[in-house]
Amino acid sequence: MAFVWTIVALVVVLALCWRFLGAYMVAVYEGRVRWLAKVERPIYRVIGADPQAEQTWKRYASSVIVFSAISLLISYGIFRLQEHLPFNPEHMPGVEWHTAWNTAVSFVTNTNWQSYSGESTMSYLSQMGALAVQNFVSAAVGMAVAVALIRGFSRRGSKTIGNFWVDLVRGTIYVLLPIAFVAAIVFISQGALQTLAGHAEVGNALNGASQTLPRGPIASQEVIKQLGTNGGGFFNANGAGPFENPTGLTNFLSIVLILCIPVALTYTFGKMVFSVRQGVAILAVMTVLFGGWLTMTAVAEQQGNPALAETGMSQPLGNMEGKETRFGALSSSLYNVTSTQTSTGSVNSAADSYTPIGGMAMLTGMMLGEVSPGGVGTGVYGILMFAVITVFIGGLMVGRTPEYLGKKIQAKEVKLAALGVLVMPITVLVLTAIATAVSAGKAGPLNAGPHGFSEILYAYTSQTNNNGSGFGGLSANTPFYNVTGTIGLLLGRFAIIIPALALAGSLAEKHVVPTSLGTFRTDKPMFVGLLTGVVLVIGGLTFFPAVALGPIVEQLSHGMFW
Amino acid sequence: MLLDLRRAITASIVFFVILGLAYPLAETGIGQALFNHQANGSLTANGSERIGQTWDGPQWFHGRADGDDPTATGGSNLGPRSKELLDKYRERIAGLEKEGVTPHQDLVSASGSGVDPDISPDAAYAQVPSVAKARGQSDDKLRALVERHVQGPQFGFLGASHVNVLELNEELATLR
Repeated sequence: MAFVWTIVALVVVLALCWRFLGAYMVAVYEGRVRWLAKVERPIYRVIGADPQAEQTWKRYASSVIVFSAISLLISYGIFRLQEHLPFNPEHMPGVEWHTAWNTAVSFVTNTNWQSYSGESTMSYLSQMGALAVQNFVSAAVGMAVAVALIRGFSRRGSKTIGNFWVDLVRGTIYVLLPIAFVAAIVFISQGALQTLAGHAEVGNALNGASQTLPRGPIASQEVIKQLGTNGGGFFNANGAGPFENPTGLTNFLSIVLILCIPVALTYTFGKMVFSVRQGVAILAVMTVLFGGWLTMTAVAEQQGNPALAETGMSQPLGNMEGKETRFGALSSSLYNVTSTQTSTGSVNSAADSYTPIGGMAMLTGMMLGEVSPGGVGTGVYGILMFAVITVFIGGLMVGRTPEYLGKKIQAKEVKLAALGVLVMPITVLVLTAIATAVSAGKAGPLNAGPHGFSEILYAYTSQTNNNGSGFGGLSANTPFYNVTGTIGLLLGRFAIIIPALALAGSLAEKHVVPTSLGTFRTDKPMFVGLLTGVVLVIGGLTFFPAVALGPIVEQLSHGMFW
Repeated sequence: MLLDLRRAITASIVFFVILGLAYPLAETGIGQALFNHQANGSLTANGSERIGQTWDGPQWFHGRADGDDPTATGGSNLGPRSKELLDKYRERIAGLEKEGVTPHQDLVSASGSGVDPDISPDAAYAQVPSVAKARGQSDDKLRALVERHVQGPQFGFLGASHVNVLELNEELATLR
């Protein structure tokens, strides 16, 4: 019953975010918000950006790539040199080259896949100055690309799609930083750590226990990891750790922080294309998919753990292996589904120990391309590419040149959208096939049988979708997994961003065709159904065979253990 | 391209200063000033209230089947059809039964953090008879003790009901 109220509260809070944060973001990206102008203007001066100047899609894309490349080099440098830098009370040594490389790429691409354990690898400077900074700016990059694509739809006969540097700065200081600043204080009040002191040594005379407690500036990083749909934990346990996610309230706030920007961006989209109903249609698709996957997971986790059931023990609390008592099976399912339907990837419970169907829900949530509602920015530009394909299919059915939001969708747009949609499945399947064929790949899984295959498939699905969650049993901190994973990370980010920006550029130049009786309305239930179907069919057709070898076999193998 | 390079470098420096230093340090200042106890790890004389510990023997309430090592957090990562997990469950159930404790799913399963400080109220009540026997206390007194320590769901609807094992055992130790 408590869980029903959790869902009700979540819907109410997100509805408010959708309306007000969504409208606020319209104003931010149109340059009408100025309450931090005293910070904003000097930044433009220092970086030499003119807030009035606009960029073509090619200039926009090259700015995205150059900025990401520099971010990557700086982060890599900080990890490698952390032992010589300040804020390192526990004297962490420099990070190994392949781990540092994978981690730098992972955080710059908004993935936060972590092959390392935070508590035993990273100095406070690496956490604050590299990881948390990338949590902010990689999210702001995603939002900037989404806004640029939306401008493509809303502008007419325009050569330009905005200015990357201005969008980057505005998203960071007007949206991400203020929300994170307030949320971090709530997290600290609940018991999330925020200290620069090193480990604490504690003992207990009652039971003779002694423990070393790693600490750090956690709350400030925790909130932006959620808000920016990044997901990388300060500690290995991520959102399951009591120092990161101490209470039911922080758990709920984490879910709200993850979902608020992706959901609100559908309002921003609708407003910017002059029809909020268009945004509602997109949000409806996201909600249907999210609801389906949440139900699947919650029901599966209520069934209990198959291994514990084999011993004959009753499990009124559901499957609690890998779950925290203070959250319970339902709130854990909600958190992990939220995290894998966005590009977040933080977990408050061990994904590897979910029931076969629960694990499949997380895996397939990512396989649909993370559009329900997807990451900050990435969700909106992802689903808009699906929408282009949907109107194309709709156009084929009636034999008419398709339009979306008044723009004619022609061969070029369909090709770009198809490229953006297909890069991910191809990369995931090829990398998984390689890893299951070579010994360095086969050495990775902790679990035997089909679950071991699932661990590998999950790793590449997560990295290529820039999600970052993992079936944690995989020993991924090896040169093989770190380097091959990086391929997925980079393709999953930039081989989708570049087509998205090219699409924006191509659309911005077009003029609007007047609506007629023959126009396929994209703000009606028919379109919602068709778009949902397209997302499901593309994901289903590409991934069903692979999923059948992992979670489905596992689910059907009653009484078998590996 | 060169212009982009210059902008990327200066922007990265600006963001490093604002987001990588000013923001976390300001939060640290606020946290230390307003919520000093929480910001430093909720430390008490007997360890952190937030971090689980291992309690051996029938005279204590037991927590989750965790390693309780805060320097190596995380779950078991064993899959739902893992033979190793099944063997561990059988071993833990046998161990508890040998101690005279009624096994409960919380006491044989590992958490997600590996340092879960809590168990469900049912898991605490299940241990009342064995703890009472070991300490020579009445069941009723211990049941009342557990009842006093049941927390959550927070605000009545966030998360699940739980009992903090450290706080429970601390008060247990003072019972005469």
